[in-house]
Amino acid sequence: MNRGVETAIKIEGVSQAFGAEGDPRRVIALESASLDVARGELMCLIGPSGCGKSTLLNIIGGLATPTTGRVVIDGQAVRGPSPQKIAFVFQENTLFPWRTVVDNVKLGMAFQGVPSSERNERAHEALKAVGLDDFANHYPAQLSGGMKQRAQLARALGLQTEILLMDEPFAALDEQTRMVLGEDLSVLLARTGKTIIFVTHSLVEAVFLADRVAVLTARPGKIKKIINVGESHPRKSNFMTSPKLGALRNELYELLHDEIRKTMTLRGETSEGA
Amino acid sequence: MKPSSRLPQRLVQIGILVVLLVTWYWETLPGGINQLLLPAPAPVFRNFWILLTTNSIWPDLAVTVREWITAFLIATIGGCTLGYVISRSGYAVRVFDPLLAGIYSIPAILLFPLYLLFFGLGPGSKIAIGSTIAFFPVVLNTIAGLSYVDKAYITAARSMGANDLQLFWNVMLPAAFPVVLTGLRLGCILSFLSILGGETISSLAGLGHRIVSLAENMESAQMFGNILFAVLMAFIVNGVVSYAEARGRRGMQ
Repeated sequence: MNRGVETAIKIEGVSQAFGAEGDPRRVIALESASLDVARGELMCLIGPSGCGKSTLLNIIGGLATPTTGRVVIDGQAVRGPSPQKIAFVFQENTLFPWRTVVDNVKLGMAFQGVPSSERNERAHEALKAVGLDDFANHYPAQLSGGMKQRAQLARALGLQTEILLMDEPFAALDEQTRMVLGEDLSVLLARTGKTIIFVTHSLVEAVFLADRVAVLTARPGKIKKIINVGESHPRKSNFMTSPKLGALRNELYELLHDEIRKTMTLRGETSEGA
Repeated sequence: MKPSSRLPQRLVQIGILVVLLVTWYWETLPGGINQLLLPAPAPVFRNFWILLTTNSIWPDLAVTVREWITAFLIATIGGCTLGYVISRSGYAVRVFDPLLAGIYSIPAILLFPLYLLFFGLGPGSKIAIGSTIAFFPVVLNTIAGLSYVDKAYITAARSMGANDLQLFWNVMLPAAFPVVLTGLRLGCILSFLSILGGETISSLAGLGHRIVSLAENMESAQMFGNILFAVLMAFIVNGVVSYAEARGRRGMQ
């Protein structure tokens, strides 16, 4: 991270436990995670499943309250959803199936409090940005998986927030669709200059998209290391095949490998485990 | 594959009806079944035609339809309101959902003698039994629809800043709508059937009343004509309500 760049999101010693203290089933999902995200930066969170990546994202977005610690955005501690500043893109399809694509985008704005006279224009602008304006009047059920995720992204872009939180948005898609969506996202982000936190399982996706990648440990999740990618956006498809991406991917793999083993051992899924 | 399964379904259905009609005609030829027990098809259809082309049935039809609409409205307003109130709290759902489902499984027509005592022989007792029977599918489906809305929709709406009212109108209600609609369709048909049933048990007027009094006067051909009319009505009601449900669903996608 470049020194002197303004911090957009400050995560200060955030821990999250589920279940009461002393309960044998108590699970500590996150343990004093601290992280600074710079304005305009794309930060990827990567880690073994169950390490609390999504939990951390929900805490940043105010959808969950941490057990200890806090998240500070623009000098203010997060205490619940702040739709004026933060928009979400979820892994599962959360488009409302009873509304057309454009009406979904407009409804998000209505929730956020955008005056109705501005919604239509802004909605079509957002749909154009993700290349979905021709499908504005389709229902979500008529779209492919990749198009649904584009539509969800359009709904989030329509809110015109400074911060975008993306929770494994491409996880349910096939690899080729992910690649194209990843490239498009990189182009889009270079243009909008939003601050983005992107949770993913995919090493390649993380390196391809991120300015920095934060690697989380196995549960209880802590920030293990932050890797600087140092490649400007928009990223072209030749970055995907570059030795630089390969090297970073390998570094991530080394970092993650032990953590994933640990997780599997905890669950008894490996030969050493049971 | 058997040859019969290759025949168009409609043809088979019409064939079955024709076989029934021929059997009916055959059995009522001289020397067959007593005309008082089973009148021949010709006089039955003549009576049916009279019902369709004159307005002699209108007074009774008006009574039945008025009872039915009133009962259905009561069940809809009561069922939807109570269902909404219950669905507001997970605790209330856990308490009342099994309770209402349990009561639903009791044949409510058993209450009819009681309703006759309470509300008399007139429309009151029919409206009471019709709305009682229609109430349960409406309330149960309202609870089911509203309390099992996908959490992801609610989280997404909240993250975009939806307040309680916006959440209810734009997310909960449309998500629950198809399930509630199914309850309303069941309620609509059940109230019609139970009102007809109630009228045949004890009443002063109405379709069911006509059929019973014709039977008591041994006017078999007329009675069968009226039964055909009631069957036709039930058929139309079912068609209209199913169509409305399909339209409603499509509207909400």
